[in-house]
Amino acid sequence: MIFEGEELVCVRGERPVFAGLDFRVGDGEILLLEGRNGAGKSSLLRICSGLLKAAGGRLLWDGRPADEDWDEHHGRLQYVGHQDALKPVLTVAENLRFWARVNGVRVSAGGVDKALERMDLRDLATVPARFLSAGQRRRVNLARLLATPARLWLLDEPTTSLDTVASAMLAEVVRDHAAHGGMAMIATHLDLGLAGARRLALEPYRLAV
Amino acid sequence: MSVMHRFANPTRFLRIVELLFPWVAGVTALLTVVGLYLGLFVAPPDYQQGDTVRIMFVHVPAAWMALFVYAVMAVCSAMSLIWRHPVADLTAKSCAPIGACFTFIALATGSLWGEPMWGTWWVWDARLTSMLILFFLYLGYMAIWEAYDDPTRAARAAAILALVGSVNLPIIKFSVDWWNTLHQPASVATMSGPKIHSSILIPLLVMALAFKGYFLTVLMMRVRSEIIGMKVRRLRLAVARD
Amino acid sequence: MRALLALLVRDLRLAIRQGGTVGMTLGFFVITVTLFPLGVGPELELLSRIAAGVIWVAAMLASLISLDRIFQADYEDGSLELIALGPTPLELVVLAKALAHWLTTGLPLLVTAPLLAVLLNLPVNGFVALIAAMLLGTPALSLIGAIGAALTVGVRRGGVLLSLLVLPLYIPILIFGVAAVEAAIGGFVVAPHLAVLGGLLIGATVLTPWASAAALRLALE
Repeated sequence: MIFEGEELVCVRGERPVFAGLDFRVGDGEILLLEGRNGAGKSSLLRICSGLLKAAGGRLLWDGRPADEDWDEHHGRLQYVGHQDALKPVLTVAENLRFWARVNGVRVSAGGVDKALERMDLRDLATVPARFLSAGQRRRVNLARLLATPARLWLLDEPTTSLDTVASAMLAEVVRDHAAHGGMAMIATHLDLGLAGARRLALEPYRLAV
Repeated sequence: MSVMHRFANPTRFLRIVELLFPWVAGVTALLTVVGLYLGLFVAPPDYQQGDTVRIMFVHVPAAWMALFVYAVMAVCSAMSLIWRHPVADLTAKSCAPIGACFTFIALATGSLWGEPMWGTWWVWDARLTSMLILFFLYLGYMAIWEAYDDPTRAARAAAILALVGSVNLPIIKFSVDWWNTLHQPASVATMSGPKIHSSILIPLLVMALAFKGYFLTVLMMRVRSEIIGMKVRRLRLAVARD
Repeated sequence: MRALLALLVRDLRLAIRQGGTVGMTLGFFVITVTLFPLGVGPELELLSRIAAGVIWVAAMLASLISLDRIFQADYEDGSLELIALGPTPLELVVLAKALAHWLTTGLPLLVTAPLLAVLLNLPVNGFVALIAAMLLGTPALSLIGAIGAALTVGVRRGGVLLSLLVLPLYIPILIFGVAAVEAAIGGFVVAPHLAVLGGLLIGATVLTPWASAAALRLALE
């Protein structure tokens, strides 16, 4: 599988963010997005997820345009954005089970447990999300990636609020995902120590007046 | 680059507007003068209503335009959703205040006419009620433009609302008509008022054309200033980045 | 299907656990109705004449003030974008969430309405029509409201704007909802009014998914 963007143009409001952007991720590859604030890292991830429509250019999955069938495209990706999408009155396990069901995964107790175990959250499984710290909430959000498998991970600043131990845990999970043939596009300021990851530098777009 | 082409398109539109504007404005002024003269001095006073009937020459065209402008707005909104063309957005946006004004004029002149005719400023008559609701729809449409910070998003939200409104407007009209006939059918009968005679019909049609011309004139002015506003915002953004 | 069911169950569970949301809407409904006898005076004859209208207007306002619950919280905590990225079409998600709103707002209103009708001295032969009309009308309120809720989801102080957008669209439901009850009291045929309400419900079911989903996609960009 190859996921690629060709000549992508992004306009937020009336402000051009980037233009003529190309990228390419294949099986088992990790692409790190780099660039200053406002360079369009988040926008690129949102375009790849289909939340934001590109003003120009094409997104291709194995050579076929992703916009042929957005629902199918959504089915093969997982997105982690700036917010953790947890309901404060539901327990950690309930939150995870809900996301698994919404993504059409038949929920086995094992899948959610394994995801919680992996992110070191097992003791918190029955705790309502409102009692969690910011870092714990972020870990639950990341555990969602493990509870509902997807080919393509789009991670927008996934290390926000994570301590060094948790960041290392995340790096391990991403390496594992890639080792099993998964793809990941990650916007991050931290060096996650992902050997072999490719880098894509985004330049702020300059308008010709 | 294709995006820049889309931004460039309004420029061509502006040139067409510049070319047409003096003609449309001139014809409108002429029609208004002729229409008012015919309506105020040539048309005979009604044998029952006297000179009050002359309100009709403003009232009826305003009511027609209130609906016509909403239709224009809805068509532009559909075009904006399908083709994402900024000129369609700006035209729809510019329509709303004009349409709201026509609706208000129709309501106000109707009220002025109603006082001597029915002895009251306001009746919960089917037409009055549905015009009032149309006025609310215009207000909601204008409010949603103001509510969003980002003009391109405001444009699409407003377009969705305008289309929902255009589906609902006939339903509202129908239900209000129906509601009214149940409650007080008598007051509608007086609305049928004067028989249309050519001495009245001609001034009425001239005034209707004058209103249409006025709409086009003001619409051109508004769209032009909206396009210029958009260019200014773009320049500011470009300057801010350097 | 499973995803939609999960969504519905979660919305209901949230409404129950967060406590108060259902109760507050009901409380608002009851208090608003109570204001009318205080405002227009306690004459039973007058009250029984305006009962249907008062109950419908209060139900409409109660439905209106709870509309922001449909999408706002999910938008603010980022859930909405993940739901939009799920494999379920957003149009169906909208229907599921409108249904959840009806189950937690319209249905309790429907259950409480006969009690309030007693307080307002609604003639006995109007009760069945009131319940039937509300059974058809309140889901339409939730559906039409979902359009307004979706249009105002990312907007600061969207509440006032929401009422300006939604209330004019509610008018046909009000007119036919009240007409059904009045026809029953007057001894006329109720069926045509209910048929129109049913038609409005079907129309809203068709229009709402398209309009709300389009508005939500816009809010999520």
